[in-house]
Amino acid sequence: MNSNRYLIFLGCSTPYRVSSYEISSRKVLAKLGVELVEMPEFNCCGLPFDPVSHETMLILAAKNLALAEKEGLNILTLCPGCAGTLRKVNRILKEDKTQRDMVNSHLKEADLEFKGTVETKHLLQLLKEDVGIEKIKASVTNPLTALKVAEHNGCHLLRPKEYFDFDDPEDPETLNALIEATGATCLDYIDETECCGAPSVGVSDKVALQLARDKLNHIKMVDAQALITVCPFCHIMYDTNELRIEKTFNEVYGIPIIHYPQLLGLAMGLTPEELAFGDLRVNPQKVINLAQGAHINHE
Amino acid sequence: MAEQAAKPSSQKEPIKASELDPKWKYELQKLHGAEGLMRCFQCGTCTSDCPVARFTDNYRPRTLIHMAQLGLKDRVLKSDTLWLCSACFTCTDRCPQDVEVASVIRVFRNQAAESGCVPQVFRDQAQSLIETGYAFKIPELRLKKRESQGLPPLPKGNPESVRKVLKGVKFFEPKQEPIPNEQQ
Repeated sequence: MNSNRYLIFLGCSTPYRVSSYEISSRKVLAKLGVELVEMPEFNCCGLPFDPVSHETMLILAAKNLALAEKEGLNILTLCPGCAGTLRKVNRILKEDKTQRDMVNSHLKEADLEFKGTVETKHLLQLLKEDVGIEKIKASVTNPLTALKVAEHNGCHLLRPKEYFDFDDPEDPETLNALIEATGATCLDYIDETECCGAPSVGVSDKVALQLARDKLNHIKMVDAQALITVCPFCHIMYDTNELRIEKTFNEVYGIPIIHYPQLLGLAMGLTPEELAFGDLRVNPQKVINLAQGAHINHE
Repeated sequence: MAEQAAKPSSQKEPIKASELDPKWKYELQKLHGAEGLMRCFQCGTCTSDCPVARFTDNYRPRTLIHMAQLGLKDRVLKSDTLWLCSACFTCTDRCPQDVEVASVIRVFRNQAAESGCVPQVFRDQAQSLIETGYAFKIPELRLKKRESQGLPPLPKGNPESVRKVLKGVKFFEPKQEPIPNEQQ
């Protein structure tokens, strides 16, 4: 299959709460020559239902895969949760006939069938494997050399490692390399690969906020000017809750939470407006200034 | 002593032999994801590496696995701490015995949910799924805004076909009382 043409699977949380992630991803991918085809229809990937019904998760993921199979295109997701689920279920159903027969008996009700003919990649994996770091470097017209940022990968992008073989969950390198490709410095910090806490929201907000606070403390410790995310849930967890965490625990951060494609977009010379920086809750102005300041010096 | 006081009620009460279900562990081992349950030798790697366990004394994956091995079915399934797992899969990746701890916990949760023991947040998502096809009810305004943001229309969620393919799935049958959010 053509590796420059993908069916984009948006999932639920990005269009629901993080359109800045979708807007900036589409802009950046267009510049890199990746063609996106819209799904004719889709539903929840299934992940949120795994805790209550594994069967539901398998059926929903397989339904989406079957819809993509009809289009004959591989899937690109912006959400690590969607990517992880679609990859995992694709593999389970290809290997386990009993589960595949069970799922297909359900899909038959909607005239669909899972065959196992498409693959799924997350944005980060696509940028690394199909576009390539060199091409991304070549697309940079405004190196962000004045910026020092921290990365947050998101668990489902890397774990369980059995289903994600493109990076090491204990010491991931991809996002770091992609950040450095923009000219920015990517700083290391303690417990970099730890969970943001988002999945615990709604069960225990107290625990969830403490997890995010712990990470923000470690990020602050290394004087990062921004935190770079590649997951809508992680982004919501930090961007929406940073102020609440500051108030609850009497902390001061002021760390903007930026989607990786927004960072790359700035380095490509796109404007903050084009990249929907205005949608961010934590004011990103200082990052924009540093990015544009570097631009002026560069010229 | 302080540690004992912090334990949830499901682990505080003395265990009576009559409440043990000696066959539960064998039933669990037949379920997808829980095959490795009996390989656990209680090393504690899961609990010591668990990000959630760092911020609450209530959630201990090793304890839950041990309780299942002992046959404490009711205590495990009715425990509200079961729902604190954030499904980050660190325990699964680091378990030296390949227990797939996060998947075993998921099997516990599935059984608890089947008996109606589930936090409200999951019911809300289920309601949204059967009404819209998405896990969240995306407001009409948000969908309309896409055009002004230069985004293509959101592909339809097709809830009719979601309802069709979920026919006969246990979780979508009528339920009992939800478990409240810890803060409420």
